[in-house]
Amino acid sequence: MSYTDRASRSIPFILVIAVALVVTLFPVLWVVRMSFTPNKQILSSAGSLLPARATATNYARVFGLLDSATAIRLGGSAQKINFFRFLLNSLFVSSIVTVSQTLFSAAGAYAFARLRFPAREWLFGAYISALMVPSIVMIIPNFILMKDLGWLNTYMGIMAPALLMTPYSVFFLRQFFLGVNPELEEAARIDGANKLRVFLRIILPMSVASLVTLAVICFVGQWNDYMWPLIVGKDESVRMLTVALGVFRSQTPQGMPDWGGLMAGTTLAIIPTLALFLALGRRIVDSINFSGFR
Amino acid sequence: MSHRSSRRRMLVDYATTFGFIVPSLLGFVVFYLVPLVRGLCLSFTDWDLLGPAHFVGLANYYELLKDDQFWNSVLVTFEYVLWNIPIQTVIAMGLALIMRRLKSSSLLKGAFIVPWFLPNVVVALLALVILDPAIGILNEGIKALGFRPLGFLTTTQLAMPAIACVNTWKFMGYTALVLFAGLQAIPCEVDEAALIDGAEGWTAFFKITLPLLRPVLAFVLVTSVIGSFQVYDTVAVTTRGGPVNSTWVMNFFIFKNAFEEYRMGYSTAAAMFLFALLAGAGFAQVRLMRAGKAD
Repeated sequence: MSYTDRASRSIPFILVIAVALVVTLFPVLWVVRMSFTPNKQILSSAGSLLPARATATNYARVFGLLDSATAIRLGGSAQKINFFRFLLNSLFVSSIVTVSQTLFSAAGAYAFARLRFPAREWLFGAYISALMVPSIVMIIPNFILMKDLGWLNTYMGIMAPALLMTPYSVFFLRQFFLGVNPELEEAARIDGANKLRVFLRIILPMSVASLVTLAVICFVGQWNDYMWPLIVGKDESVRMLTVALGVFRSQTPQGMPDWGGLMAGTTLAIIPTLALFLALGRRIVDSINFSGFR
Repeated sequence: MSHRSSRRRMLVDYATTFGFIVPSLLGFVVFYLVPLVRGLCLSFTDWDLLGPAHFVGLANYYELLKDDQFWNSVLVTFEYVLWNIPIQTVIAMGLALIMRRLKSSSLLKGAFIVPWFLPNVVVALLALVILDPAIGILNEGIKALGFRPLGFLTTTQLAMPAIACVNTWKFMGYTALVLFAGLQAIPCEVDEAALIDGAEGWTAFFKITLPLLRPVLAFVLVTSVIGSFQVYDTVAVTTRGGPVNSTWVMNFFIFKNAFEEYRMGYSTAAAMFLFALLAGAGFAQVRLMRAGKAD
């Protein structure tokens, strides 16, 4: 692909990338900068690029290393947060939801893309409609259901609505499966492979790039979900990291949010998702090489 | 193949198909269909979250028709969507093409997506800090260039475009990622063949890449329009509907009625209206894009 290599080294192309990177990353840099700024300086020295007086006390507060009196003096709240417990909760819930949702949605998406059954289009239309239901309509009945099942403040309660499918995931994978070359499947069918075998041996391996992409989207969505885990998972034993970070937003004794603590917590909270993306990013790219588009 | 075994095979086929669809169908019925029906029923009542609900017929819907605040929210939401979607889709398409050229660098690709890793609430708080007229860094820059600082979130003309830009910033990398995954599924040979046939840059893009990308582009447009109509977090944290109702979007109207006025029935009636609007917009798009077929 020599034309690609040449194009990617041209000066206009590099300029475009540079501008895009600055626009994208500058506000993120601001999060990191605020995480190292003492709360008292955050609003008074907002114009400088680097923290006026860099400090790690915001991180110490997030990890719960300071006693309440010191935390309050530094502009935090007296309430300690159990950071590693919440981190583990988030990792556990997000991983399980990602694997389970991707798998079951893939099965459904394959049926909608390839298999024939009565009322297929009608049912797919119903799934798409579910994508359009405003979240508030679902939150309250689902909360009542979780309460009736006794799943409030359990992992199951937080995971249940996303475990089997989201309309988004089914729609996503169906669109990608439609693009898979049908000739390979037909060849396998003629050789006597059943549908399950075709799905496991041809569709899934050929769609690794889109499956990994969906898995990343699913993980990040679950990791950052706020409203639902806040309602059903208040208890410390199951509390998710994003919900826990809410502590920093609520009023501190000084009467303003704990900006430094919030930004330090946020910086730490995006590290796992970023690491996951970097680990899998290559997979999104490379998987295409062996997927048999010939 | 005997008649009997072909019939057996058909039965096995039906059973497998059923197996493929059942898990997702269960999730769909329990967590989407049933709540939707319950929500619809709720919209015909005066439930206040605490006491018992009384059936009030179409009263909530009649009230909506006459509620200026509600119609203003419909208008404001359309304004938001019209700012957000075109800018976001075009930028994301550009980023996706850049990502394709940067084949080997997942670090650079990751850099474009970082904003999407930030929780909504943090993005909104960040917008407050950066866009502040007195202490925000963006206005420091504007002042340094010799212009007067702008109240991005505090003037009626600027607030809605500013919120649209904030959310565009958050979601452009993610949208680009999905489009990029779609581009990846287009065989390289197609592009090379186009180049050999003499199709140059943009012509190749519009004549070959875009049509092949249609199933994925349809997905991106449908889901981002649906998401865009439901904008809430950014507004709730930054402007809270102001200044002078200029950012009072539909979801803000819905949530405010539900959790601040405790008018669940009225709130769900408005939510049903939003649902109808989204269904109309969504299916029109699916039709227009013929999303089910790749060229």
